[in-house]
Amino acid sequence: MKFGVVVFPGSNCDLDAYHLVKDVLGEQADYIWHQEESVSGFDCLILPGGFSYGDYLRCGAIARFSPVMKSVVAFARSGGLVIGICNGFQVLLEAGLLPGALYRNLCLQFRCIFTHLKVENRQTPFTLGIETGRLLRIPIAHGEGNYYADADTLRRMEANGQIVFRYATADGEITDAANPNGSLYNIAGVCNEAKNVLGMMPHPERAGEAALGSEDGRLIFQSILKSWEGSR
Amino acid sequence: MRAEDWRKMGLKDEEYQLITEIIGRDPNYVELGMYSVMWSEHCSYKNSKEVLRTFPTKGERVLQGPGENAGIVDIGDGLAVCFKIESHNHPSAIEPYQGAATGVGGIIRDIFTMGARPIALLNSLRFGSMEDARARYIFNGVVSGIAGYGNCIGIPTVGGEVYFDTCYQGNPLVNAMCVGLLETDKIKRGQASGTGNPVILVGARTGRDGMHGVTFASEELSAASEEKRPAVQVGDPFMEKLLLEACLELIHNDDVVGIQDLGGAGLTCATSEMASRAGTGLEIELDRVPCREQGMTPYEIMLSESQERMLMVVLPEKEGKVHEVFRRWGLTSTTIGHVTEDGILRVRMGGKVVAELPARSLAEDAPVYCPAFVEPVYLRTTAQLQLAEIPDLDDAEKVLLQLLSAPNIASKEWVWQQYDYMVRTCTVVLPGSDAAVLRLRGTKKGLAMTVDCNSRYVYLDPYLGGKIAVAEAARNLVCSGGEPLAVTDCLNFGNPEKAEIFWQFRKAVEGISEACLAFATPVIGGNVSFYNETNGEAIYPTPTVGMVGLLEDVEKRCTQEFKADGDLIVLLGETYEELGGSEYLATIHGKVAGMPPALELDKEKALHKLLLGAIGKDLLKSAHDLSEGGLAVALAECTFGNNIAAAVELHSNGLRSDSLLFGESQSRVLLSVAADKVEVLLALAAQENVPARVIGRTGGERLSLTLDGREVINLPLDKMKHAWREAIGCLLK
Repeated sequence: MKFGVVVFPGSNCDLDAYHLVKDVLGEQADYIWHQEESVSGFDCLILPGGFSYGDYLRCGAIARFSPVMKSVVAFARSGGLVIGICNGFQVLLEAGLLPGALYRNLCLQFRCIFTHLKVENRQTPFTLGIETGRLLRIPIAHGEGNYYADADTLRRMEANGQIVFRYATADGEITDAANPNGSLYNIAGVCNEAKNVLGMMPHPERAGEAALGSEDGRLIFQSILKSWEGSR
Repeated sequence: MRAEDWRKMGLKDEEYQLITEIIGRDPNYVELGMYSVMWSEHCSYKNSKEVLRTFPTKGERVLQGPGENAGIVDIGDGLAVCFKIESHNHPSAIEPYQGAATGVGGIIRDIFTMGARPIALLNSLRFGSMEDARARYIFNGVVSGIAGYGNCIGIPTVGGEVYFDTCYQGNPLVNAMCVGLLETDKIKRGQASGTGNPVILVGARTGRDGMHGVTFASEELSAASEEKRPAVQVGDPFMEKLLLEACLELIHNDDVVGIQDLGGAGLTCATSEMASRAGTGLEIELDRVPCREQGMTPYEIMLSESQERMLMVVLPEKEGKVHEVFRRWGLTSTTIGHVTEDGILRVRMGGKVVAELPARSLAEDAPVYCPAFVEPVYLRTTAQLQLAEIPDLDDAEKVLLQLLSAPNIASKEWVWQQYDYMVRTCTVVLPGSDAAVLRLRGTKKGLAMTVDCNSRYVYLDPYLGGKIAVAEAARNLVCSGGEPLAVTDCLNFGNPEKAEIFWQFRKAVEGISEACLAFATPVIGGNVSFYNETNGEAIYPTPTVGMVGLLEDVEKRCTQEFKADGDLIVLLGETYEELGGSEYLATIHGKVAGMPPALELDKEKALHKLLLGAIGKDLLKSAHDLSEGGLAVALAECTFGNNIAAAVELHSNGLRSDSLLFGESQSRVLLSVAADKVEVLLALAAQENVPARVIGRTGGERLSLTLDGREVINLPLDKMKHAWREAIGCLLK
């Protein structure tokens, strides 16, 4: 399977995503510079974390105008697998590929901590390999990850299984104390209606090796592999 | 030229005289400005140079010592580590967010200028009492500024220290350290060699910000300092990220002859230093410098400290390619001049020569002073500590909880959870342990890194305090499994023109030198920050020591927290009746007095050897050095990471119980060891002549501590942890 890691000016988790899929999982991977106009030849696109264009404006608001985004959007609309992590999630929202918005964290500070994620929908290409009841221990590192969507949108998303991850306690409870940024209903990751585009604030690429304190992030990439193999 | 002109720029009358002798005429206004910034203490080290020469700077591994943008040490396999620490104290006192942010930006540029990929940031921060609203504002702003810059540029902030003391009330300390990795054959230096080679300026446009920043850094702070806010620059981490990637790409492809960042004293410093190092001259055209606004004068362009700019010298045939790479990264680059052979820095604007000075005279010929020094009078008073007048412990539990929630000991999680300490996915020991550890991709190796200084010790005895700063830094590395390699230091002191301050400075440097020699950890670079005074009151002398250590096998790294129930707890080292300068005396009894604990370098070295040997043989489950708060605090800290408490039995052997529990005797480390390995460990300790005794066992949910058979502490782990963890956040509410 071949992953493409999109690099915007200011991306800084591109290396980490590349390292995980290439060196840890042993899959093919290549960087895609934001000025490229084609994403052909890739099976899954990763929009990594970072501060695209410094995020001096609304996060991701400028990156979505990068030349590469036209083909990312087309790739997603045609059913291609796209995962946006942290800043990548923000870019996907700005590009209209996912519903909702991300505000500044409720505490108004950047937060870098390990969180526990409850998997709410195992019927997506990103979660189908994760066993029932398994919590994921994956870190966050962001200043603007406070997820919001209006009530109607949320209802639709719930009904359609688009809420993929929620912040939970170590025991799997969804509580305010487990919510690191003020996200509505502890939402940590969502997908589109077709389930082929995932956006999440936590960083699975930072939880792919025991040396980093957790290997749970691999489960997401292994699910991607499994679903891709299943679709061939 | 009128006397008030040069005085206003911070030049002394005799310095002006010297300038006229060097150039054989009166300087014009632009030239005067250039001398004034280059001859400021910040750039010229005119007061400290003589003393700094006494540092040991050589070693087998040293590839680059002091004098360049940063020092470099060989770590084998064709790899080298490059690191440096630098202060940004005065800007942070006036504008905490931007002051701290640009401090981080500046130190990162120093590292990639050498051709190294920055892989980690650390910082040493000191603020006034958290009871003071302005100190809280500065603390908040500085932490956000560091976070804002480091997180955005994508270099993990992995470690540091934070202290609070009223002596830093008006003059906080913000020392930023950056560590980079490079291949030994890719080292770059700030040299403008090769007559005719083009000189390229790249990065941000030049604006009117940061004028005379270095002059401002070389005077005391006062109520009028607020007016110097324009001397503080504004940072743009996104621009720096682009610069970093573009410059490293060019360096990697061998397209660069010499490179230097524009920091303090801006274009004046970068041009004169690069030419001076290479023994060449430079000719530059200011009309070509991209400016933020129209009508900037040559004086302003030469002195601007606008951030995120680099100066590069390249071969003529590479010029087009270099501009092309910068363009691809969205950066503006301009050829502003070329290298000459006459040793003169010639600056033109509007067809006229606006400055024409020997480059070397700017960079090297500042007068060197040997300020007077005298032992401070206060030492006579502080040395008089009568322990007999201080009541021994009455309630050890209460004291332990008070110390755990004292700002200097309490968890700094409130600070570091605002930093991205994981980006680049190499941080394998996260903040909160004795030292941070990073793995080096593609090798088995790891790097341990730390910054340390107990300035209260340095205040009470600058020589001993300096020695202890080095010893503690080394001990932190060793506890993590790293063999200490070298030192970078940030020497923060008051006004060196005051004899008592300069005495502190000389003594601290002497202590640091002696310890560095003993541990074979040369000083490979650093920074001096004088004039840290507010309204005539100096800070505690604070020589911050940054140190990097090498782990040949990163899988052997060791951390401070207990790992399992039923392990044995071993105390290495000897405890004496030493309460002088302790956090206990300051927090519980309100006293900053006495002599700091004694330090014997031979014993400390033996301890290091034992620890590295034991870690290499997989004998240890955890290791934590004893520092502020002594044994009881260290024990508590070991229990927090994995929520594993302990039961410990101590014997006083005639010592006061406060000394035993909270004294800060040096060269002590707390270990946990699997029961079946303890014999081997004790034998090894005996062999190395390091006192070692089993004092307890891990496990349970309460910390129990008995003294001569009587239980003096029995506290639930969560209660201690709560006091320790919530203290800083509570103080800020």
